[in-house]
Amino acid sequence: MKILMLGWELPPHNSGGLGVACLQLCKSLAKQNVDIEFILPYKADHDHDFMTVTAAHPQGVVEIQKAGGAYDSFKYVYSDGQEEWLDVYSQQQVYEQSIGRVVTNKTYDVIHAHDWLTFRAAMRAKELLNLPVVLHVHSVESDRAGGNHGNPLVREIEATAFSLADTIIAVSELTKQTIMRDYHVPANRIQVVHNSIEPDTFGELEPDNTYAYLMAMKAQGYKVVCNIGRFTIQKNLPNLLYAAREVVAREPKTLFMLVGGGEQYYQLLTLAASLGIGKNVIFTGFQRGKRWRDAFRIADLFVMPSVSEPFGLTPLEAIGYGTPALISKQSGVAEIIDNCLKVDFWDVEAMADQICNAVRSESLLAELHTNALKEFKRLTWDTSSQKLLHIYRRQTVAA
Amino acid sequence: MKAIVLYLHVHQPYRIKPYTIFDTASDHDYFTAEYNDRTSNEKILHKVAAKSYIPTNQRLLKLLKDHPEFKVSLSITGTVIEQLERWSPEALQSFKDICATGQVEIVAETYHHSLAFFYSRAEFEMQVDMHRRKVQEIFGQTPQVFRNTELSYNNDLAYWADKAGYKGILTEGWDKVLDWRSPNYVYRPQYTNQIRLLMKNYKLSDDIAFRFGNQAWSEWPLTATKYTHWLNAEPNATNFNLFMDYETFGEHQWDESGIFNFLEHLPAEWLKTEGNTFMTVSEVIDAVDPVGMVDVPQTITWADTERDLSAWLGNPMQNEAIEALYALQDRIIATGDYALIEDWRRLQTSDHFYYMCTKWFSDGDIHAYFSPYETPYEAYINFMNAYRDLEYRLIQKGVTV
Repeated sequence: MKILMLGWELPPHNSGGLGVACLQLCKSLAKQNVDIEFILPYKADHDHDFMTVTAAHPQGVVEIQKAGGAYDSFKYVYSDGQEEWLDVYSQQQVYEQSIGRVVTNKTYDVIHAHDWLTFRAAMRAKELLNLPVVLHVHSVESDRAGGNHGNPLVREIEATAFSLADTIIAVSELTKQTIMRDYHVPANRIQVVHNSIEPDTFGELEPDNTYAYLMAMKAQGYKVVCNIGRFTIQKNLPNLLYAAREVVAREPKTLFMLVGGGEQYYQLLTLAASLGIGKNVIFTGFQRGKRWRDAFRIADLFVMPSVSEPFGLTPLEAIGYGTPALISKQSGVAEIIDNCLKVDFWDVEAMADQICNAVRSESLLAELHTNALKEFKRLTWDTSSQKLLHIYRRQTVAA
Repeated sequence: MKAIVLYLHVHQPYRIKPYTIFDTASDHDYFTAEYNDRTSNEKILHKVAAKSYIPTNQRLLKLLKDHPEFKVSLSITGTVIEQLERWSPEALQSFKDICATGQVEIVAETYHHSLAFFYSRAEFEMQVDMHRRKVQEIFGQTPQVFRNTELSYNNDLAYWADKAGYKGILTEGWDKVLDWRSPNYVYRPQYTNQIRLLMKNYKLSDDIAFRFGNQAWSEWPLTATKYTHWLNAEPNATNFNLFMDYETFGEHQWDESGIFNFLEHLPAEWLKTEGNTFMTVSEVIDAVDPVGMVDVPQTITWADTERDLSAWLGNPMQNEAIEALYALQDRIIATGDYALIEDWRRLQTSDHFYYMCTKWFSDGDIHAYFSPYETPYEAYINFMNAYRDLEYRLIQKGVTV
């Protein structure tokens, strides 16, 4: 089985969970003897022995990153020394135009494309190769726009691609419902394949932690509530801050740490100050590596309050690093983990109550984590890749 | 008789270096950036000493010697004196030299250029005392006239300064306070007995401090002759209070603007007319009777179009930061740890809050020019992380936070 896999990013050049999910999924598919050629919009050194990574065209990763992450619907940027401005929309057009050259004289069985940036390329490849197309939906435009309509150009691509696709894969039931609601796609054309995580990749916890200040404050009886993610409307961080005000009023020894960056950065800083909790809210900026892992570990509770989270990898990572999670019910991950605190994203009161309950009770935190960890350890990408393999087979038989 | 009362304010803060949450609780030095960083206090001091302090004092010294009538009043903060001692003894010596002429008066203020008056009277008085002792040590003078940080002023402050024995106090000659009255006289603050009030003539002061180098200004280029003509044209004034940042000369207005040339020619031009002279702030208070009472129930300052404290305390970040800092007072002082107390005081310097100002549209150019940070948010984050380190140091001493 040979798959033409169209993606926008892979670690370490990922802007979020999309790249991680693609990588893990391919790794697991490779174990089932699937031969993958992964097409990226940029050239970078990837040391993956389980698949071939090909650049659609010879630009560096910087140009793509300047164009905005895969999550940005629209952003003007300077591209490559020439007097030209390329936004992420034009980038996906270039990617589409390059795909013909990439697939010339090659044979595949199925085309598998991840999110709207690669959908036009997928349609072009389908036309050229006369092969079935599987569209994998990690998020749709209304998710990224925090429940709003979003960018009409992006919606047009999504609508067209969904109607032409042979099969659509959603990363959660929630996403399946969203696709049906936004694009009127019949339920039987959408299969749910949950994202997952590889528990073995979470090694032994390091003994030291880079957040010396938080360590000291915890020794004083403070509790740390953490969010890691992009500061964007989808993530609903203003509501977390409104809840934080309630929590700090009731439990003054609670610190909130927001790890990340994004267009809401200044808004969130000002909001925390105007809510009178500037001392209790710590902004670390965007982090990778040990500081990123340590943020999960130092927290007593991880909170993902997203308005709409098709899947939502970070709570699983938190659990893997030893921290229980509070997540919004509007998230795909809520479908696969039971042992989490769950609230509606709009319910600030409930969010505050849940956080208070958690920081007041060591035993609740411990119990939540112990049970969540059991669920976590059962997770594997292999379940997902087996489902996918089944979908591929059905497509090739149909073709 | 008409006197020019030239009063110059010398100040440099200890700017906070790039300081993240990862520095908190591990690096307790908030103020020593890499030399080439925008926040490097040493580098900025070297620059200002070379561009402003040394060349200006050189000219002032010559003017003071050439014209015995020429007088200057200076306020010079404790934080800048320390930095001069450490990084430019030459510039400090040049200040001592002009003071040695006997024609320069030093004005009292808080050592750390703080807003402590509005948050803690005890801390405020301590800083005023520290400043007096430093001035006595370095310049051999005891200040008689008081100015609060940013010329901030209200009736309470005048009442305090009166009780503390100052003969005068300085503030902005703001229209909303003076109404039909002119700043070119000596006044008395409401509810006081002895003290006199000198109010800045902001139009004439800003002609030099802000507009001098602006080629789009209809009066550009401003010459000493033209300026003197304006002053002479005022029929009934007794004193022209020209109050400005010292760094106007050479730093805010660069050498290329002709500012030094203007300074060199002003005394001779002004003194050409019979009855014209210069006075220090104390001299004018001794020589001229007050013409009326001034009532300032609400705080005014010399900054921005609002002339209030909104450049320092106008947004939630500024208020959070300063309130958090002063809330630590009792615990910090109780430690008796000089280094800790001093770091806490350095964080009180008003500049830190000024850098967090978000009033970009009306006064943005001025704010941007004076801030070493990319954004006010960056200034806030650095400050709060340094504040958290103070908390950490208290914890290390067994204090509960």
